[in-house]
Order: sequence, then C-alpha cells, then structure tokens
Amino acid sequence: MNITWYIVLSSLLFATGVLGILLRRSPMVILLCLELMLNAGNLALVAFSRMVGNEQGQVFAVIVMVIAACEVVVGLGLIVAIFRRRLPLNVDDLRELRG
Amino acid sequence: MEAAVFFVAAIGALGGAIGVIAMRNPFYSVLALIIHLFSLAALFLLLTSAFVAAAQVVVYAGAVMVLYVFVVAYVGGGGESAWEPIPGQRFLAPLLAVALFVELSIAVLGSALKALETHGPNVDNGFGDPASIGRLLLEKFLLPFEASSILLLLAAVGAIVLAARRREVEGEVPSKHSPTRLEGASPSTPHV
Repeated sequence: MNITWYIVLSSLLFATGVLGILLRRSPMVILLCLELMLNAGNLALVAFSRMVGNEQGQVFAVIVMVIAACEVVVGLGLIVAIFRRRLPLNVDDLRELRG
Repeated sequence: MEAAVFFVAAIGALGGAIGVIAMRNPFYSVLALIIHLFSLAALFLLLTSAFVAAAQVVVYAGAVMVLYVFVVAYVGGGGESAWEPIPGQRFLAPLLAVALFVELSIAVLGSALKALETHGPNVDNGFGDPASIGRLLLEKFLLPFEASSILLLLAAVGAIVLAARRREVEGEVPSKHSPTRLEGASPSTPHV
C-alpha cells in the first residue's frame, strides 16, 4: 500500500475526532475524541517514519502516547472531581470561565 | 494480502471512530474506541513498527481503556441534552469536519513529497523492533524520555490531587469563606 493511503486515513480519523468534539457534550466522550485525534496524529507520524525509512518518527509516536496517557489521567481526574461535587457532566453547563 | 489487511484494519479504525461519536452510552463509546485502537495497532504492524503496535495494545487498549471503563462505571452514562447553544450546530459541525478533511487531503496530496506514492524504502528486519526503539530512546532521545517520565509523575500527582476527597473542605459550612460553586456546591458527603 502507498503511504498516501495511510495519510488520507489519518486525516479522515482526525476529522472524525474533530466532529465528535464539536457534536458531543459529555466531557468523557470529548476526551475519547481527543484520543481519536492523537491517534490519527500517531498514524501519520508512523507512516511518515516508514516513508523516510527512519525510526525516529516512531519514537515521536511513543512520546505522543505518553502525552495522551497524561491527558487522560488529568481529564478523568477532573471528571471525577466534577462528579463528586454534583455538578452536571455537560460542557455547556460548566461555563463559568467563559467570561 | 497486504491490501486486504489494510482495508480491513482501516474499516475497523474508521468504524470504531464513528462508533465513538455515535454511541449514546459512553460505555459503548469506550468499547468502540478499543476496536479503533486494535485496528490502529494492525496498521502500525503493516508499517513495520512492531514496538509502537505493541505499546498501543498494551498501554492504550489495556491500561488507559481500563481507566476509562472504571470512570464510566463510577460516573455513569448520563443522557445528553439536545439543547444547542449555537443554533444549527448539528449541521455546521459536520460541514466543518468535511472541510477540514478536504483541506488536509489537499495539503497532503498537493505536496511535493514524491515518496508518498511509494511503499517507502526497503528496510532491514530490525526496523522498528523494541531493540532499535529502545536504543534510540536511551541514546539519542534520552532527554525527551526523562522529561516524559517526569510528566507522567506530575500527571499522576495531579490526578490524585484533583480526584481526592477533601473532607476538610466539604465538611465546612459553606458560609465561612465565600463559596465558589466548585467547592461549596455540596456540603454533604458524597456516596461512593
């Protein structure tokens, strides 16, 4: 398969993640869509690394995975904190910082 | 053969991604994301990056998704309101997503990267296996490696601080200090 196929698939997955973030209101699903976008970026990184024939892009992908894990941990901690304080789990209701 | 595997994995990845945003119940969204991650691991294997594929399955589909499942089971899947803060958001959002996809495709396909149309250069057997990735991580990319470990530690501490139950804050009467909505919303102890 050409590398182009992988890149086009990666951009399709990224667009899907953006669509989910724009459509959904639950913070949990928004975190999942962030995962989708990060994974699309990972796929592009690995595909380009294969295209160049250099493994350094894969190291980049591993670091992105670490970043995604950190983001998940902090995001889920926030969700649990919101739930404990009996606030609505809806990003449209949590709008005090909107200014 | 390779094309068949690619298309099966691509359909799995795309179907999982669509399932994440289409499912009403967050629990099913998490399950769809697991399908997506496994398909993506197959794609990584096709791109001869065995270590990234293994890390994807073990770290993502294993550890991170278990965390998600726990939090979904704790919080519960609440129904989402159909209220739209921006009128026409349900129609504008797909429009924007399609525009983004077209733009990304134009940017990729219109680029002058001649190697995009190839399979990439021939690589030897050890390309992307754990030994070579580990050597790169510990020799050339030692500083990012250590920085990411510190970042993981900070995230763990931050999550504990965020999610820990603060009895002294919640036990106080909210009139002592002017209650922000985040802290003083529920003086009663939450059930676990």
